[in-house]
Amino acid sequence: MSRALPVLTVVAAILALWYAAAVWMNATWTRDQAERAGVELSVSDILTDTMAQERPVLPAPHQVVTELWNTTARKKVTSKRSLVFHGWITLSATLLGFAIGTGAGILLAIGIVHNRAMDMSVMPWAIASQTIPILAIAPMIIVVLNSLGIQGLVPKAIISAYLSFFPVVVGMVKGLRSPDAMQLDLMRTYNASGRESFWKLRLPSSMPYLFTSLKIGIAASLVGAIVGELPTGAIRGLGARMLTGSYYGQTIQIWSALFAAAILAACLVGIVGVLQRVTLKRMGMDQ
Amino acid sequence: MTQTPVIQAQNLDLTFQTNDGPIHALKGVDLEIGKGEFVSFIGPSGCGKTTFLRVIAALEHPTGGTITVNGMTPDEARQKRAYGYVFQAAGLYPWRTIAGNIKLPLEIMGFSRAEQEERVKNVLQLVDLEGFGGKFPWQLSGGMQQRASIARALAFDADILLMDEPFGALDEIVRDHLNEQLLALWARTEKTIGFVTHSIPEAVYLSTKIVVMSPRPGRITDVIDSPLPRERPLDIRDTPEFLEVAHRVREGLRAGHAYD
Repeated sequence: MSRALPVLTVVAAILALWYAAAVWMNATWTRDQAERAGVELSVSDILTDTMAQERPVLPAPHQVVTELWNTTARKKVTSKRSLVFHGWITLSATLLGFAIGTGAGILLAIGIVHNRAMDMSVMPWAIASQTIPILAIAPMIIVVLNSLGIQGLVPKAIISAYLSFFPVVVGMVKGLRSPDAMQLDLMRTYNASGRESFWKLRLPSSMPYLFTSLKIGIAASLVGAIVGELPTGAIRGLGARMLTGSYYGQTIQIWSALFAAAILAACLVGIVGVLQRVTLKRMGMDQ
Repeated sequence: MTQTPVIQAQNLDLTFQTNDGPIHALKGVDLEIGKGEFVSFIGPSGCGKTTFLRVIAALEHPTGGTITVNGMTPDEARQKRAYGYVFQAAGLYPWRTIAGNIKLPLEIMGFSRAEQEERVKNVLQLVDLEGFGGKFPWQLSGGMQQRASIARALAFDADILLMDEPFGALDEIVRDHLNEQLLALWARTEKTIGFVTHSIPEAVYLSTKIVVMSPRPGRITDVIDSPLPRERPLDIRDTPEFLEVAHRVREGLRAGHAYD
């Protein structure tokens, strides 16, 4: 309870700010409407109206929650109006991209640690790749892959992998290099090969680093999948929900998609966190 | 000596090139170690005692002179797995149990599974850790961890055991106990032991031969063959013979420091 109290206080403060902002930002439209109709509005009329507009500048929290509830629990999951349906589309791209990104990241890290030429050449490119805005490169990936006849899930997954491989590379390089000189000397006294040192020493030592990277990586994957949906004019997925919402001024829809994405990200990071705790505990490394 | 020495160093030099210029870690080191001897290397920091041990283990390579281990170059000896090495820290893998840690060299050296189990059982007994095979390192005290690391070095039954200040990080009481155990272990296994230490009593208590070294450049100032019997109870440290050897070691260390 002592830990929940500060968290709840912050949540309450955010909600209060949000409601205040909603009243303030939506009131303009309410007054304009009233002026046109020639009606005088009391303060309570303004308050009520700003909470219940169809296309508010800033939807009130309860509107977003209601929309979330209506589009998840009260729609069939196969419906195009179901956020579960759209969430699954984005999630599948996220998971595929995360798998590709993690695999590529680990392989690159192994190369960097074991090969001097790769050490010198790959890392600068990996860093450079992350300095390019993903919004600039995403349409190109989509267009290029489309011309090769690849559409749908894979291009989004590749954009997602593009964002998620980087933290894995950085974390794994650090992790694979984490054994100290003494532990490496010990392997030398056994005349162990590089392969044996890798499997028995470097890889197990890197696990705490890997999991920290995976947490960042999976969140980045989700961002990548959503960004991948934006420039394609996709009609399915959380990104597409945000996009269509912005075309038609459906702010409630945008916000509910945003929240769905945030909840999804929290769940994914949480799952990786549980895996981390279980694995490291079993490995005796959970300090 | 009728037998060929296990370790023979002649005019051994090792110079590290650093940004501050060359450092003479070893200069003109001559030493013979016979089979079954317990040799301690003692001296202040920077005298090259650890470096010499690492040269024997082929973890460093000399820049001059010759050294043979079992009649081979240190590299060949390492490839033949001629020695077990115990570091200052136990360095057990936290993700492996004690038995798993001891199996590590056995797995790398390709022992069969049955033989691994057998050897783990034997060495755990040898270091008095029976029943601890299934524990993880963090469940053991520092002294027990270091014993486990000695067991790991003994597991593949190399004739030479190289120990680099293995008890340096432990408190005096634990250290006494482990010294006693180490002597018993040495008597049972008849291994040749090279032992680096900072402690005069430890060196005198354990060794058949004490090599006193001094720094800048790292060299040997005295080699003392201990007159003490092989059978050594802890209270041998109060006998006049013991104190005499300790005194000579101290003199040797002081001589090495005379001009700095």
